[in-house]
Amino acid sequence: MLSKRVVACLDVKNGELSKGVQFVATEMLGDPVAKAKAYYEDGLDELVFYDITASSDQRNIMLDVVQNVAQEIFIPFSVGGGIRTREDAAGLLMAGAEKISLNSAAVLRPELIKECAQAIGTQNTVLSMDVRAVVPNTACPSGYEVVINGGRKAMGVDAIAWARRGCELGAGEVVVNSIDADGMKQGYEIKLTRLVAEAIPVPVVASGGAGTPAHLHQVLTEGKADAALVASMVHYGDYRVLDIKQYLNRQGVKVRMNY
Amino acid sequence: MRPSVIIVDYEAGNLRSVQRACEAVGLSAEISADPEVVRHADRLIFPGVGTAETAMGTLARLGLDEALVSFFQSGRPLLGICLGLQVLLDYTEEGGRDCLGIIPGQCKRFQFVESDYKVPQIGWNEVSKASEHPLMAGVPEGAEFYFVHAYYAIPDQRSHVLAETTFGDKTFASVIGRDNVFATQFHLEKSGRFGLELLAAFGKWDGAVC
Repeated sequence: MLSKRVVACLDVKNGELSKGVQFVATEMLGDPVAKAKAYYEDGLDELVFYDITASSDQRNIMLDVVQNVAQEIFIPFSVGGGIRTREDAAGLLMAGAEKISLNSAAVLRPELIKECAQAIGTQNTVLSMDVRAVVPNTACPSGYEVVINGGRKAMGVDAIAWARRGCELGAGEVVVNSIDADGMKQGYEIKLTRLVAEAIPVPVVASGGAGTPAHLHQVLTEGKADAALVASMVHYGDYRVLDIKQYLNRQGVKVRMNY
Repeated sequence: MRPSVIIVDYEAGNLRSVQRACEAVGLSAEISADPEVVRHADRLIFPGVGTAETAMGTLARLGLDEALVSFFQSGRPLLGICLGLQVLLDYTEEGGRDCLGIIPGQCKRFQFVESDYKVPQIGWNEVSKASEHPLMAGVPEGAEFYFVHAYYAIPDQRSHVLAETTFGDKTFASVIGRDNVFATQFHLEKSGRFGLELLAAFGKWDGAVC
């Protein structure tokens, strides 16, 4: 039986690990490669790196990080942030990433998903979407709207419709990140996650809001997510990956326990 | 120095991650698209992501299809990974392609009535041994490996099924092999410690099954 995945997300800024709350006020947390290695040894199932480097001339630092991670860590990992062309995507794959994750650039130019899926394969092309709750309206009947640029710009695009469109264009997995829940440690946006999971034929990774192992349990069962993403709760040492997986296992969620 | 492993390059995915995993277990590995290099390798890894259709087309164009069959006939150790497993069979439903025919059988796509099982299968799943094989000796029962695939192999002969995995209500062959060929549907280069151990065992294997 397929296991549910615990995924750790590392935001990388100028080659260093950082963590924000509701997408702003980031603080620096040290070497992302060392952190990733510690999680790997602790039984983490997958890693996501988001490059939140502001200036494009610093981007090659991210390629170094990816290369260093790939030399030491033998579980799948994806990289997102700043990917605007199929060449960007292919370069990250060559550096050792398993998948690439498209976000703002895909909202602005949806064809990018198709181009990447054709160049590197559907299974390696992830659509990551930042979403906030709104009053349901004509443009966003589900009550969830897609935002871009780290949550600063609303797009008037319905999140559920966008997830469907992304899959039609070739996304092989969708990460649903709730801006409202991000960094708050109050639990995932269960309703949003479930709506997306029921709407699309590919796996869904829930993101934003994890504070306790019980939150992961909720989103992996009630929220119908295939994987749950954690950040703050492991970066600050509140929980170990091991603790989270043991909890899920005890609650009857199938997770990889032998590693 | 002569590399201990040649990784077949047919423009199908991330070969560098396979090469890095080889390095991590002390195997020197070179990536090559040259049929002569492939034919005369001491040990061959045949990886791959993408579609079987494109893969078979590229293999034929580069002259690697014949090189692979000839390598298999040499009796030296051959490791197939993911798509590299699927094209070892006679035929795949994916694009209705004839494949290499090294292992008799075919590939089919997962079909589920219940929509709770999403295709492709992406993630970690348990691998249970179906028959004894020297490469599997160090793998504990129920160890999990990382899968990404929509098609699965159905070998004609039960003896070619080395291990099985259950996805949804379907139990499929996740490791197949015959003689000097060993092939995994999962990505052992992305499967943590047990994947690396399997790769290390392949590096020491002489291609004999007993």
